[in-house]
Amino acid sequence: MQEHQDDFSMVFEGAAGQGVQTITSLLLPVLRKSGHHVFSCMEYMSRIRGGSNSTEIRLTGKPRRTYVSRIDLLLSLTPRAYERLHERLHEHTLIFAEEEKFGTHWDSRCIETPLGRFANEAGGAVYSNVSAVGVVLAVLGIPLERCTDYLRAQFAGKGEEVVERNIRAAQLGYEFGIQLPADRRPKLPEPAHENQRDSLMMDGTSALGIGAIAAGCNFICSYPMSPGTGVLTFLAARAKGFGIIVDQAEDEIAAINAGLGASYAGAKSMVTTSGGGFDLMQEGMSLAGMIETPIVVHIGQRPGPATGLPTRTEQGDLDLALHAGHGEFARAIFAPGTLIEAIETMQRAFDTAQRYQIPVVVLSDQYLLDAVSTIRVDEIKRLPAKPGIVETGKEYKRYAFTESGLTPRGVPGFGAGIVRVDSDEHDEEGLITESFEMRRRMMEKRLARLQTLRNEALRPTVIGNPDTAEIITVCWGSNRGVLEEALERLDDNRVAGLHFAQLWPLVRDTAGLLGNGRKKIIVIENNAQGQFANLLHRESGIDVSRRILKATGEPFSVEEIVEKLTEIAHGQST
Amino acid sequence: MDSPLEPFVMPSDTDVAWCPGCGNHMVLKAVRGALDELKIEPENLVMVSGIGQAAKAPQYLKVNMFNGLHGRALPAALGIRLANRNLTVVVESGDGDLYGEGGNHFLHAIRRNFDITIIAHDNMIYGLTKGQASPTSQRCMKTPVQVGGVNLEPFNPLAVALSLDAPFVARAFAGNIEQTRSIIMEAIRFKGCAIVDVFQPCVVFNKMNTWQWFREHTCELPEKHDPSDRLMAMQQAFRSDKFPLGIFYRNENRETYEDLAGIGASPLFRQTPVSDEAFSAMLETFL
Repeated sequence: MQEHQDDFSMVFEGAAGQGVQTITSLLLPVLRKSGHHVFSCMEYMSRIRGGSNSTEIRLTGKPRRTYVSRIDLLLSLTPRAYERLHERLHEHTLIFAEEEKFGTHWDSRCIETPLGRFANEAGGAVYSNVSAVGVVLAVLGIPLERCTDYLRAQFAGKGEEVVERNIRAAQLGYEFGIQLPADRRPKLPEPAHENQRDSLMMDGTSALGIGAIAAGCNFICSYPMSPGTGVLTFLAARAKGFGIIVDQAEDEIAAINAGLGASYAGAKSMVTTSGGGFDLMQEGMSLAGMIETPIVVHIGQRPGPATGLPTRTEQGDLDLALHAGHGEFARAIFAPGTLIEAIETMQRAFDTAQRYQIPVVVLSDQYLLDAVSTIRVDEIKRLPAKPGIVETGKEYKRYAFTESGLTPRGVPGFGAGIVRVDSDEHDEEGLITESFEMRRRMMEKRLARLQTLRNEALRPTVIGNPDTAEIITVCWGSNRGVLEEALERLDDNRVAGLHFAQLWPLVRDTAGLLGNGRKKIIVIENNAQGQFANLLHRESGIDVSRRILKATGEPFSVEEIVEKLTEIAHGQST
Repeated sequence: MDSPLEPFVMPSDTDVAWCPGCGNHMVLKAVRGALDELKIEPENLVMVSGIGQAAKAPQYLKVNMFNGLHGRALPAALGIRLANRNLTVVVESGDGDLYGEGGNHFLHAIRRNFDITIIAHDNMIYGLTKGQASPTSQRCMKTPVQVGGVNLEPFNPLAVALSLDAPFVARAFAGNIEQTRSIIMEAIRFKGCAIVDVFQPCVVFNKMNTWQWFREHTCELPEKHDPSDRLMAMQQAFRSDKFPLGIFYRNENRETYEDLAGIGASPLFRQTPVSDEAFSAMLETFL
């Protein structure tokens, strides 16, 4: 049986087009309704048909937000499953597959599962994934009715025949699955007895989209690029209801310049992209800095350089976000690590952009965007959205000098004044200038806000007790879930953790949070060089003694982090 | 016309960065004349420009201004129109900015057909960078970069615009302020993407296309020209004997992007926050 009874991990593997994601999307609501905590993530190839993709679903005793390498149940549809996943299997893994398709590694863990035959009996090859769902439900001991009700609702629009075929396919799978001998049946975590209405299930993309809507985002212009596109489609689907203007630009350069034009005219504006698209947006970042016009830029990171691995994950664009755009100007960078943080930091990003009149970057990645888990409704907060603009008077000057460097922002068509913004160095009215004195004062004006911005920087989330710990493990963005769970498993009070959801500017007492040089600092990040470790060192002066890095295109598993930290903690005590 | 009481007029001590004798001065006069006559309120007009000498034009008018990046005036103008369709938006930039650096945006602005006026100062050279070829430079012009002479066919903005069914396509010449003013007025009045390519010399760097050259190489559109006939307009745009001036094409039937996209009359800056009820209803879909 599986190692942990409070944790059951299932992986569904198949070619693109075989409906592996459908298996997950059918199972997740049913598993949730059965009272289980679920976490799900996917990895897929950059192709429309063929290849080998997989999704993982974890059933856990308490809410989790990361994947495990260990596979307790594998359902495989292609011959490539073994080659790609065998290191994650253990001696009791249940493997459901057809020997003919699975290949030469067939062994006693494998259970001949004629999904193809079930599908044909039900009405055609397309139903094999629904049969798979039936098998899994039977093995997990979940009544089939929970799924058939859902299938009925899901396919009602496609006619009675389609509904019946789906149900038949699920039944055939179910009847097969219940024959699994009792000694091979998995022991599942005790279902939680929470009120289903208290929690929501969603992926990271949805959480960011919800955050944008909560913040009053009413303009998004973008060019599609995985994995950043999801935020664009999320808002497009809700554009009518929330009065959001959605525009697909001809390229990323147009996207950010249109975003800034809209913001200049008073929109709460954002763009979404990935690293490659953001490369093209850099001049727009610089423009936003110069014309002091707010914009929120979401970067869904994927591995670079260049086209890299389009459908995989990485945290390789921190340096890019930090330095994007020529010249010196203020900016802020957020990197949420949980769904709640995604909802909150997106709101904070809009608020910061509006109040400080700067570009703000939200850095996510494919792993965070695609991973599904649950959050409690009462944890979702709406931050108050303060009005970012003022009505102008006849004598309005867009860049009038003030103590804070921030001029109340007028927009054209609101008041008697005129509003000029200029990418050239400009005077208080926004008109071009070549006065060195004016240049000096304008640079000071634009950079002064960095001080207050730093004063209100988000403090990192503390995991464990850093005061008593000898080792502080630091991570940012999507690695929060894996670090939390790894430290829990490690259960060693010598090791604590810090998760940063704001990467720029960093909080003032970062050095103090890192123990002022008295602790061993480990930084975990999904990139090859340790970009955040470098930033931490540069900003705090504290040495980073070890970097746990991974730039293969995959996220860290809990096991990997536990192994690395165990090794380090062991080295510490000897 | 230069009375400081008139709208749009800048203080008399404004330092204008254009060379004496430059065509930009005439275009500015024509634009200001058109704006005056149309009685547009300066606070409801936004002039958008990119970078270059022509792109400085909005600096010399008392209007809302978005002087953005090189080549990027059109996307910024789109954002402004979508955020507030009550604003009149005029884009003014040079041939290098609009047809070279911003070429892709030019194509897609026409495809979208949002309601703006594009005034392209076309002097067939890069002035501010000191005299290199522009997309509209004539063949054989020698420059410090094209030392053997320009060997490419010039970009034909009017033909390209017509091929995309730009609904208002015109050419003017800075030497004829009255005609330029009246074409620009028509263009601003027009509902949709109106393009006015304005010939003008660069008196410092372009020794080939001088005031005199433009006078000799331009003509009026034929009297029988029908601006509702796209093929006829295309024929005139393809002429190489002389370059006709006037409104080549007008298509009143193209829907604007603002209408197609269902942009409402209320500007985005007036939008009220999302209500708690609407927000909760959205969350319910994730139960």
